[in-house]
Amino acid sequence: MSHTHVELRDAYADSVVLLEVSKAVAATPGVLDAQVAMGTPLNVEVLTGMGFEVPPCSPNTMVVALRVGSEEEVPAALAAVDAALAAGRRDSSGSSGSDGPSAVLPRTTGRALRRTGSTLALVSVPGEHATAEAVDALDAGADVLVFSDNVPVEQEVALKRLATERGRLVMGPDCGTAVVDGVGLGFANVVPPGDVALVAASGTGAQQLMCLLAAAGVGVGDVLGVGGRDLSEEVGGLSTLEALRRLDADPGVRRIVLVSKPPAPAVAARVEEHAAGLSTPVDLALLGPGRPDLTAVAESVVAALGGTAPTWPVRGTARPARGGHLRGLFVGGTLCDEAMIIAAGRLGPIRSNIPLSPELALGPDLQSDGHLMVDFGDDRLTQGRAHPMIDPTLRLEQLARFGADPATGVLLLDVVLGHAAEPDPAALLAPAIAAVDVPVVVACVGTTADPQGLDRQAEALAGAGAEVHLSNAAAARRAAELAGGAA
Amino acid sequence: MSTGPIVAAGADLFATAVESQGVPVERVDWRPPMEGTSADLATVLTDPLRADANRRAVEAVLGVQAVLVDVAPASEVLGLSKGEFLHAGPPIGWERTSGPLRGALMGAAALEGLVDDPEDAAALFEAGSVTWEPCHHRSAVGPMAGVVSPSMWMFVIEDAASGRRTYCSLNEGLGKVLRYGAYAPDVLDRLHWMAAVLGPVLRDAVRTTGPVDVTAILTQMLQMGDEAHNRNRAGTLMLLRDLSPAMVSGPHPSSDVAEALRFIGGNDHFFLNLAMPACKLALDAGRDVEGSTMVVAMARNGTDFGIQVSGTGDEWFTGPAQLADGLFLGSYGPDDANPDIGDSAITETAGIGGFAMATAPAIVRFVGGTVPDALATTRRMHEITLAENPRWSIPVLDFAGAPTGIDVTAVCRTGILPQINTGMAGRVAGVGQVGAGLVNPPAEIFPKALAALAARTRSRA
Repeated sequence: MSHTHVELRDAYADSVVLLEVSKAVAATPGVLDAQVAMGTPLNVEVLTGMGFEVPPCSPNTMVVALRVGSEEEVPAALAAVDAALAAGRRDSSGSSGSDGPSAVLPRTTGRALRRTGSTLALVSVPGEHATAEAVDALDAGADVLVFSDNVPVEQEVALKRLATERGRLVMGPDCGTAVVDGVGLGFANVVPPGDVALVAASGTGAQQLMCLLAAAGVGVGDVLGVGGRDLSEEVGGLSTLEALRRLDADPGVRRIVLVSKPPAPAVAARVEEHAAGLSTPVDLALLGPGRPDLTAVAESVVAALGGTAPTWPVRGTARPARGGHLRGLFVGGTLCDEAMIIAAGRLGPIRSNIPLSPELALGPDLQSDGHLMVDFGDDRLTQGRAHPMIDPTLRLEQLARFGADPATGVLLLDVVLGHAAEPDPAALLAPAIAAVDVPVVVACVGTTADPQGLDRQAEALAGAGAEVHLSNAAAARRAAELAGGAA
Repeated sequence: MSTGPIVAAGADLFATAVESQGVPVERVDWRPPMEGTSADLATVLTDPLRADANRRAVEAVLGVQAVLVDVAPASEVLGLSKGEFLHAGPPIGWERTSGPLRGALMGAAALEGLVDDPEDAAALFEAGSVTWEPCHHRSAVGPMAGVVSPSMWMFVIEDAASGRRTYCSLNEGLGKVLRYGAYAPDVLDRLHWMAAVLGPVLRDAVRTTGPVDVTAILTQMLQMGDEAHNRNRAGTLMLLRDLSPAMVSGPHPSSDVAEALRFIGGNDHFFLNLAMPACKLALDAGRDVEGSTMVVAMARNGTDFGIQVSGTGDEWFTGPAQLADGLFLGSYGPDDANPDIGDSAITETAGIGGFAMATAPAIVRFVGGTVPDALATTRRMHEITLAENPRWSIPVLDFAGAPTGIDVTAVCRTGILPQINTGMAGRVAGVGQVGAGLVNPPAEIFPKALAALAARTRSRA
C-alpha cells in the first residue's frame, strides 16, 4: 500500500535545483517516490507517467508530488521538501545591496549589470526566456554568454544583429563553454594561460582542443564560444566574425583556432575568407568528412608554434573484440560528430539523433539494430531536464541497455571534466562499465588541473575495464577497430 | 574584456562554478515572466527601434520644466461648454460608471445649473443628452473622480520650451468633496465659492507673481517628506510662500484673501492638483515614440484601470480597477470602499507618489506600511523603470533619482506591478472619502499592452 500526495505551489526554482530537491526528498526514509518540478507540459506528462494525478497548472506553478508508505508520512516528506528547497535557495549575503529588510535583489540581468557596473552576463534561464535576459545585457552595455538551449533561431538572429550593431558579443545561445580573462564560464577546463585563443561554435570541441593543447604544453587564453548554430545559414556567423575581430585586435593573441560542428558550406567559406584577411593566423577546425579532426588540428597548432605533439595518453585496455555493432553514447555533440565522421569512414553508415545525413536519423526510442551514436546533450533530449554533463541519469540508463544488448560489439563513451561538470563522473560511470561485458572505449576530456582530476577519473574508469583516451579521434578509431572496421 | 563581478541569471550551478575560481558573482533574482508573454517579450525586446525609442522618450520626459502660468475657468481654457464634462480614467459608458464617478458627475450637473437637485441628474446622463470624456483626452488630469465642468477653475501648466499646456482643477480639500463622489449642498457651496473667489484671487496672484516653477517645487518637496500624491504638505506651503505676497497686495477684499489663504493652508493636498498636471506635461512629451515601451499614463475611473504606452498612441489597455489596501476613516471598512479611481496615478507614472515612497516616511503608516517597506518599494520600482530622474532625488536613498518611466517589458518580465498610493472613495454616490491606502494596477493590462507593441513590431519587420 502506498499513498500519493500532490500539491501546487506559487513558487519558482530552476530545474537543476528541483532535480536536486527531488533527489534529496526521494532519499528521505518513508518516501517511495518524489518529484518536485515546475508545471511545464513535459513535467506534467512525466508526473502523470509516474502515476500522479496533477491538477491543471501553469509552467509558473511548482508541483510537489510524493508517494509515501502511508498518509501519516506526508508531513515528514513535505518537511523534507521544504528543507531541500531552502538548501537550494542561494545565500544572498554576497550580493550587493543586501542592507537589511529594505534590500531588493536585482530581478533582471540589466538591472544587476547597471548596479554593479559589470560588463559580462551569464544567462542560463529556460530557453524561451533567454532572449529577454540577453537583450537586457546588451542594453546595459555588456557582452553576454547564453548557456540556455532551445532558443528559437529567429530570436538568435535578431539578438546577434542587435549585438553586431552595438559592437557587443553574444556567446551562444547553447554556448556551453567559454574562457574570458582567464575565468572559465559554463563547462570549461583548467588549462595554463597562453597566447592561443579559440573561437568555438562547439563547446566540447573547444574543450577537446584546450585539453589536447594543455597536454602538449601549449596554453590557451580566451575561448569565445559563439553557439552551435552560429555558422548555420540562418545566423551566418555573426558572433564568429565579432569574436575574430576582437581576438585579432588583441596583441596578446598569437594564434586563433576556430572550431565548429559541421558548418553550412557557404558560411564556412565566408568565414574562411574573412579569417584569411586577419593579421593573426587562424587555424580552422571545421568538422566534416575529409577535413582534419580536432586532434590533427591540435597537432598542427603545436607544430606551428614550433613544438612537437606528444603521444596522446591512453590508460587501460579494452576487453577483447567480440563482434557486433558500435554504440556511442555521448554528452558532447561535437565529440559525437567527430566520432561519427571517423567511424563512418571505417564502418559505414551510423544512425544517430544528430545524423551526418538526414536518412540516418534515429527515432525517439533511440533504437537501431546497426551502428549508432547518441548525443544526450541535443536540445530534444534536454527539454525539461538538465544537461547530461550535470545529470547523467539518462545516459546511464542507455548504457545499461546497450551494454546488455548482445548485438553491441563495443561501447564508445565520452567523459567531459572541468568547471560546472559533475563533481565525480566516474563514481557512477565506473560501476556501470564494470557491470557490462562488452569492450568499452572512453574519450576522457580533461586536464590534471580540473576539479575532478584527469588522472583520478581516467584511472577509475580504466580500473573498471575501460580503455581511456585523451583524444576523442583516437578513441573513435579504436572503437571502430573493435567493432571490426579496418584500423 | 570584462569588469566588475560577473552577472549570472538562471541555474545557480554556473554562478557557483565561477565563484569557485575566486571571481565575484552578482546573481539575478530571476523568475519566469508573466504567463504567456515570452514570445511577445522576445519580439519587442529585439525590436531594433526599442532601445533608442525608449532613450528618446525618457529624455523628453526628463527635459520638461513645468511652470504654473495661469488660473482660469475650464470654459475658457478647455473650451468646455454647458453639458460637457471631463472625468478621470479611461472612457466609460454611464451604465458601467462607479458610485463616486456618478456622484461627481451628478453634482457637477447641479453646479452647472443643468438640474436643481443632483439626484435628478442621473436621467440626463442615462439619456445621453450630455457628454463626458476622459480628462486625458483634453490635456487635463483630475484626482479621484476627476470631474471637470465648464465653470470650474483650472490651473494652467506650461512647458516654456514647447508652449504645450496641461490643466487640472483646484483641489477642494479632504472629506466630503465632489471628487470623492459627494454632492451635498455644502459640497456645491464650496465649489461655488472656489469659482467666485478662490479662482480669481489665484489668477491675479499668478499673473502678478509670474510663472511659478512647479517642477522645482516638486524637487524641493521630495526632500521635505512629500511624495506628491498622498502627502503634499511642503509643496502646498511653498506655493503659498510664492503666491501670498501677490494675493495680499492684489485687488481682492482682505476677507476674501484671508479665506483663500486659510483654505489653501488648511488643505495639505492643495498642491496635488499642480503636481498632477506637471507630471502629465512631462509624460506627454514622451508620447508617440514608435517602438517605445514606456507607460505615459495610468488612470482609473473607479471601474476600469487603464494605461497608455508611448509606442501605441492613444490606445487604452484596461482591466478591472482594484480595491486599495490601507486604513479607513471613522467606522468605514473595506465593504464601503469603491475600487481604485482617479488620474492621480500620473504621479507614479512620472516616478513620484508610491514610486517615491522612500522619501515620505511620515505617511507610511497612513497607507498601512513600515519605513523598511517604503524603502523597499522605491527600490523595487527601479526594477521596472527605464531611468532615474536626476532632478527628483531621494535623500534617504543616497540621493538616488526617482524611478521614472515604467517599462511594459520590465513589468511583464518581473511581475512587479507599479505601486500606487491612493485615497479611497466610498462605493455609494454621495458618500465621499472613506480611507487611503496602497493599490496596484490589474496585472493583465501589461501583457495586453505588450501584445499590441509586439504586433506593431511584427508589422514593421
